[in-house]
Amino acid sequence: MRRRATSIFIWMALLVAAGWIVAHARFTADLSAFLPALPSPAQRALVDELREGVASRLILIDIDGGDRAQLALLSQGLATRLRANPAFTSVNNGRAASSESDQRFIFSHRYLLSEQVTAEHFTSAGLRAAISESIDSMASPAGFMARDLLRADPTGETLQVLAQLSPDSGPRSEGGVWVSADGSEALLVAQTRAAGGDTNGQEHAVGIIADEFGRLRASTMPAASTIRLRMTGPGVFAVRARGTIVHEAIRLSMLSSLLIATLLLMTYRSVRTLALGLLPVFSGALVGAAAVAMGFGVIHGVTLGFGVTLIGESVDYSIYLLIQARRGPAGSAAATWIASYWPTVRLGLLTSLCGFASLLPSAFPGLAQLGLYSMAGLLAAAAVTRFVLPALLPAQWAARPLSGLGLWLARGIDRLQRYRQLLWLLPLLATGVVYAHRDRLWSHDLAALSPVSAADQQFDARLRSNLGAPDVSDLIVISAADTERALGAAEAAGARLNGLVQSGELAGFDTPTRYLPSLALQRQRREALPTEAVLRDRLRAALEGLPLQATRLEPFVAAVEQARTDALVDPSALAGTSLASGVDALLAQRGDRVVALLPLHAPAVGAHPFAIDAARVTAALGEAPPGVSIAVLDLKHESDALYADYQKEAIRLSLLGLGVIVLLLLVALRSATRVVRVIAPLILAVLVVSAALILSRQQLTILHLIGLLLIVAVGSNYALFFDRRHPAADADERSTTLASLFIANLATVLGFGVLAFSTVPVLSALGMTVAPGAFAALIFSALMARPVAPS
Amino acid sequence: MNRRVILMLFCSWLAAAAAAASATDALDQLMAQLRQRQHGHVAFTELYISSVLDRPLASSGELFYDAPDRLEKRTTLPRPERMVLEKGQLTFERRHKQYHMALADVPQAAPFIEGIRATLAGDRPALERVFRISFDNSPDQWTLRLTPLDSHVAAEVAVVKIDGSSDVIKTVTVQMVNGDRSVTTLGAVLDP
Repeated sequence: MRRRATSIFIWMALLVAAGWIVAHARFTADLSAFLPALPSPAQRALVDELREGVASRLILIDIDGGDRAQLALLSQGLATRLRANPAFTSVNNGRAASSESDQRFIFSHRYLLSEQVTAEHFTSAGLRAAISESIDSMASPAGFMARDLLRADPTGETLQVLAQLSPDSGPRSEGGVWVSADGSEALLVAQTRAAGGDTNGQEHAVGIIADEFGRLRASTMPAASTIRLRMTGPGVFAVRARGTIVHEAIRLSMLSSLLIATLLLMTYRSVRTLALGLLPVFSGALVGAAAVAMGFGVIHGVTLGFGVTLIGESVDYSIYLLIQARRGPAGSAAATWIASYWPTVRLGLLTSLCGFASLLPSAFPGLAQLGLYSMAGLLAAAAVTRFVLPALLPAQWAARPLSGLGLWLARGIDRLQRYRQLLWLLPLLATGVVYAHRDRLWSHDLAALSPVSAADQQFDARLRSNLGAPDVSDLIVISAADTERALGAAEAAGARLNGLVQSGELAGFDTPTRYLPSLALQRQRREALPTEAVLRDRLRAALEGLPLQATRLEPFVAAVEQARTDALVDPSALAGTSLASGVDALLAQRGDRVVALLPLHAPAVGAHPFAIDAARVTAALGEAPPGVSIAVLDLKHESDALYADYQKEAIRLSLLGLGVIVLLLLVALRSATRVVRVIAPLILAVLVVSAALILSRQQLTILHLIGLLLIVAVGSNYALFFDRRHPAADADERSTTLASLFIANLATVLGFGVLAFSTVPVLSALGMTVAPGAFAALIFSALMARPVAPS
Repeated sequence: MNRRVILMLFCSWLAAAAAAASATDALDQLMAQLRQRQHGHVAFTELYISSVLDRPLASSGELFYDAPDRLEKRTTLPRPERMVLEKGQLTFERRHKQYHMALADVPQAAPFIEGIRATLAGDRPALERVFRISFDNSPDQWTLRLTPLDSHVAAEVAVVKIDGSSDVIKTVTVQMVNGDRSVTTLGAVLDP
């Protein structure tokens, strides 16, 4: 009696503790589940980009459903409101780049910002070339600025800086705002202050955009209900994915709980037994979540989704108890069950634990969480079944006999076993299918794991192409101790990249130094400016034969003299201009380093269009100065490599898990023959499921592979029961065991089967592999078991 | 005021109205005539006369027109430069760099570009969106005077004067407020 009370007390205490931990846990659904926990340096840069980089902080906004005037008005109104909001560092809708404050800033700092400013530019010959070009451009239809600027800026530095800052390609603009190619949608780009990996921050920003738009539309055009706003971008995806995953985890858990509860109610015909039977499941789910919270500090949404599978599996233990337990010599039904069945269940539990344990060392955090969650959950569910349920069952309780179902199953198996020689065909056929498709078995794209729907990905791609902002796939990452060194290195790299642009290797590149040159370069430019007397002298020679009198250029002489003593431009000086957002985008403090990014643009024509040879860029850049690191990063290549690493690791871990399971069975069963008899049906199930997945044109991902491992880890439970039965076992026990296995298997198949219908690819992959696999494992185990001697 | 004076005033008003109406009719006729043309490809020379400069700047090149909304100005001398107006979008190419903008976003460019485009297209409503029009017509010559409506543009450009005869534009003069002036002369038809 005291032991009973003790186990119930310990159980309650554990539940309360686990509940407290889960209630205080942090939940996330960003990319972190898919990014390596211990990255290589190149992966580090990739992960940083995906989590914190500029691209990760962009929200692309699309407004459609109205006429052009309405769209322009809403675009301007929304941009104004968002710019005033501290959640955004910049908002661009087409006008920002030419705002008056920008032009004023550029004009007054033109000699520090212009890439043309060198000592040579201010020799007589240099002045002459620049001034005659400015004069010529006065007659141009676009010459209105040149005309206005001629007297103060005859060398065209203001226009040069504007040209430096204007992107090579941009979206179409209409009524002052960016629009899609057909003009029916207004486009905006907002950059959030929150990093892309900060899903809460992103959710906040997304909410602000939706709210501001709703209020703006209601106040300016309340009748225009067809006008809508849509958003896309990495942060939006993360927010949406979290919503989807959490929503699905809840929906699918409810659904599979409902299905399993119905199944069990039909089996037990008792609500109380059903309630008792579900206790281990809920204990397991809670303890699993608490273990993940403690082990990882944060619970990923995907893990909760995986948790759905646990419901179907952990309910097995109580199903065995509640169907198999009969009163016997050991006393109560529960005690008898523990004596005769628990060792088999325990061995099954251990094999499952080994299977899941092999996921723990995965560099793919989503998998490691899944491993820990399942281990803790299964352990808790089995322990509650073994120690708590017997204490809660009434003393006189015994399982309701299911001999009808059992006998039916037994007859069916006996009949099928006559054809078991045919089973030899299955591995041959399945191996043939796998072999025939060996070249396109695997998906090689990290995106295959992405929780973002294909429709969302297409919308994102369309908006990006409309904005002329294709995905940045190649960039140079320069990391240095401070801003000045990072900018200096970026300038040196830029000079070498210019060579590649001239040779056609690159179409172009962006660099933060166009917005903010290093102080050293600014100083150099300032020193290139001649003194007033020298400038007058040179001007006189330069203007020889040109239709411009030196006396007209007094404002220029004064401006150069002024610039020789002007303060240099530092990041704080850019505040309030759109140049600041250019710098923010390409220059960032990361820990104690400053990182400068130089996105590269691939040429559309030439020897290898739309591709950049990273090795050639690396060679062109040469040695990095001491204390500075320079890496050429091909994001697509890196993410594919990352995925390939995961895949190799998943194969390695799956084989390791299989090996450990075999070893465990060898130790426990002490017979190679018995081990083969247990494992063979499982391997057959794995082969058949693989072939079926291939034939249904699924590209296999890591999650399919892990699913195959789980077929072995879960299926071993069934196989072990068939091994346990010795020829002398009585017919009643055999039919009861069969019935319990059938119900337990059905519960597992339901649990994983529901997951197969998830819209989150990683979840559906697991479900569609394990559900049929678990069923196949049971059937094959039954068919391959030693036939019962006819009595 | 006696009746005769009133009658006289009325008659003169009638005459003025009739003259205005005939000018309007003549403008509509000219516009209809201009609309007939589907393509144009001519050489141009341009002089830019500025008070800041000692002598006029000369430039030359070719003009291409496709009805109703594409106008390309390809300057070859003194420096290559290309400007295309197509469906309200302006592309400007210079020193291997392209700039795109909507014409609506650069009203300063309208007097130099949209005036010619809309005149060639015989598109009176388009002209009247950006300019106040006055029209002189003599048997072998006509003159359109276009005054910018936009106050920012009007602060810079006083008037655009387009001279032509029948369906051919001969010269386009842009008179700046500060006294500067650009005179574009359309010459030989290069490609009928």
